[in-house]
Amino acid sequence: MTTTQTTPREQLNIVIVGHVDHGKSTLLGRLYADTGSLPTGKLEKVQAICRQQGKEFEYAFLFDAFLEEQEQGVTIDTARTFFNWNGRQYIIIDAPGHKEFLKNMISGAARAEAALLVIDAVEGVREQSKKHGYLLSLLGVKQVAVVVNKMDLVSYRQDVFQGIEKEYREFLAQLKVVPERVVPVSAKLGDNLVERGTAMTWYTGPTVLETLDLFKKETARAEQPLRFPVQDVYKFDARRIVAGRITSGRLKVGDRLVFSPSNKAANIKSIEAFNVEPPPTEGQTGQSIGITLDEQIFIERGEIASHEDEIPLVSTAFRANVFWLGRRPLEYCRRYLLRLATREVDCEVAIIHRIVNAADLDQRQGGNAVGRNEVADLTLRTKSPLVFDPYSAFEATGRFVLVDGYDISGGGIVTEMVHDEQEFLRNEARRRDFAWVKGEVGGEERAQHYGHRAAIVLFTGAAHTGKSFLARKLEALLVAEGRHAYLLDAENLRRGLDADLSHSNEADAIEMVRRYGEVARLLIDTGLIVVSTTNPFGLPPHKVVQAIRTLVHPAPVIAVHMSKTDEEPPPTTDLHFAGPKDFDAEARRIIEELKRRGVLAHAIGAKPTFQYSI
Amino acid sequence: MKHLRQLEDQSIYIFREAYKHFDNLAMLWSMGKDSTVLLWLARKAFFGHVPFPLLHVDTSYKIPAMIEYRDRLAREWRLNLVVGQNKEALAAGMNHTMGRVTCCTALKTTALKQLVEEKGYTGIILGVRADEEGTRAKERYFSPRDKNSEWDFRDQPPELWDQFKTIFPEGTHIRIHPLLDWTEINIWEYIKLENIPFMNLYLDRGDGTRYRSLGCAPCTFPIKSSARSVDDIIEELRHTTVAERTGRAQDEGRGMELLRKDGYM
Repeated sequence: MTTTQTTPREQLNIVIVGHVDHGKSTLLGRLYADTGSLPTGKLEKVQAICRQQGKEFEYAFLFDAFLEEQEQGVTIDTARTFFNWNGRQYIIIDAPGHKEFLKNMISGAARAEAALLVIDAVEGVREQSKKHGYLLSLLGVKQVAVVVNKMDLVSYRQDVFQGIEKEYREFLAQLKVVPERVVPVSAKLGDNLVERGTAMTWYTGPTVLETLDLFKKETARAEQPLRFPVQDVYKFDARRIVAGRITSGRLKVGDRLVFSPSNKAANIKSIEAFNVEPPPTEGQTGQSIGITLDEQIFIERGEIASHEDEIPLVSTAFRANVFWLGRRPLEYCRRYLLRLATREVDCEVAIIHRIVNAADLDQRQGGNAVGRNEVADLTLRTKSPLVFDPYSAFEATGRFVLVDGYDISGGGIVTEMVHDEQEFLRNEARRRDFAWVKGEVGGEERAQHYGHRAAIVLFTGAAHTGKSFLARKLEALLVAEGRHAYLLDAENLRRGLDADLSHSNEADAIEMVRRYGEVARLLIDTGLIVVSTTNPFGLPPHKVVQAIRTLVHPAPVIAVHMSKTDEEPPPTTDLHFAGPKDFDAEARRIIEELKRRGVLAHAIGAKPTFQYSI
Repeated sequence: MKHLRQLEDQSIYIFREAYKHFDNLAMLWSMGKDSTVLLWLARKAFFGHVPFPLLHVDTSYKIPAMIEYRDRLAREWRLNLVVGQNKEALAAGMNHTMGRVTCCTALKTTALKQLVEEKGYTGIILGVRADEEGTRAKERYFSPRDKNSEWDFRDQPPELWDQFKTIFPEGTHIRIHPLLDWTEINIWEYIKLENIPFMNLYLDRGDGTRYRSLGCAPCTFPIKSSARSVDDIIEELRHTTVAERTGRAQDEGRGMELLRKDGYM
């Protein structure tokens, strides 16, 4: 039999998984050999090496390329192999079954759209058979076929096959996975792989090769709502191109896009492409594209574009199932880098709800750490707001990895959003920004004209620490340098805008904070650097700061904390001035920070280098 | 042609991740079919621009037509070309008769290491494909190399979904492989689809032979072929069962595993 020789209509990634020594590499080697997919001489070359080393030839050696793999007879790392069959180009990923190489198995399976799970008929369902089945479901590989291998060693007995099939189907059912097919084979002898053979006439289902054909190319994501994570913004020439890959849905020229979490919005002016004539007018799931917008809005990597009526979730907390592969355990309250789509944000484990033993799905409660190769149900808290979707609805924007030190050390899927304190104000800010009526002058023009971007400097700290004095100094210094700065004191709202509210009532105090934040937002929109000397309105100071941050988002916020002694500043502080004061030096220090953050251009009078607006 | 667009989208995604995460990025260009497709994909990813230098590790034994082709495209596409050479080894008379692995190590691996060290590149984009030979089948898209450019294939980092290894200790670098999922036939299908200029050494120019894989003149041998166009090549590849790198002497025995462990491309 030879490979069908036509141009493939599509490409499909398949992973082969299962317990160590259950015959994954053998299955793969034999599949290639029997379909005539091996290059001439390959088989002979490997056979010659075996003779040299004085050992029996095995099909597994065809893809275990490393000397060490062949010597030990175990696959260490996943191999990509290629195979054309019946109008499809398959990339078949041979994953290691040894538990020591679980991270390699996961790297292979994470690329797959379907899986073949191999179980040894003699040994039956083993630890890694279950663990791999569980991980496939976590990794989102929904199409699974089970291959019961080494049937020759159990005399091709139907009852042995049926026992394994029943046991494993029951296990998969707990994960809500229904295998496409369960196929009895002998990979070594080739039964039911490509040819049916005569040993198992009691089996009438498809062969392994036919099973591959039954796997479908996932196309449903194209019909979902749009998710377009921003990968980068380019300005190589006159065009300002927002680049990224559409992870679900579709878009077209003229569509109004909203970006989360900045809540910026603009229409698609063009879809840019190199060597495409005429230029494309639409884009769909899976495509790496570039668009230009009809307005100069400042957006950056990590934001997710969607259509306005179907926006993703935003929160600083969510619940997730996480598998951990790190050398060090995943610990409660330690800081990790979380990467979801193109966004990177610091996070920590807020709650460990339970740890799942992937081999028997047994659960234990709580604990302070998740060990290597364990799976846990967690609540994660991020330092700044994260945009995401539940994994059950969106694949790519519902999963994430955790980085510990230099390495990706775990992966997870979002099971649900956890509501945080800022949700109410965040939703208000969203609705307000989406409906914002703009004049002819955009933020970009204002920044060019003023020579700086808008921002807010927020002072925090106890009474009599010099906040007010430093704020005044900073405002004066900025204006003297030709900047447009304005001191916003809460006191000034009290008898006017807040005249209907009373300080002594907590609900009123919360409303005062909200109004203060909205006024600050308005001033920022005029292009000013707002210098804020909020008093805490009788509320806990960090709550006030959080509320203002939410309402002015995504404007740059410089949080300055002042104290008499060397106390621990609030977690989001950018600058901390403790002890005796040198107000001139401190004001200068804040100006330096404004430069570092790109609010001010580096040299006074020089043309500002920033090319964006807020 | 849908499968080619799927491959293209993934490669472009990888290019853009590399460009975003590596300040000192460069791409190897050997002028062969793979790295020229790689170069084309870079222009796709960056809308006609190539925002990093192209490195050519010149062993001095390349076929002369390759150098002409290199200089012409560099001019026409306004490329920033950086040529590296292990001058010491060449001055000492290094050539393939001293042993193929020895020669490849000196003139390619060492020359590349020298270039990386001199320029301080932290990310290097290469056109290796998983279907070329066994050790490449086991590569990651983003594959770390230690201070001596060595590859620890026993302990590769996890690579999940489209999240790649982009954080690494100082002094080490990352090899980036946007073409890992492409096969030889995909390369030619794409050259045809996009009408990418390629060297005619890949075609039968009248003597009934053509090069299937290009390297140094003394170690690369043409195959028997009457393919005179890209269509002919595709047709030929659909029916061949001869390995692509049959004409590459360095692949004999365990040559490739040893070379690649030490930092060969």
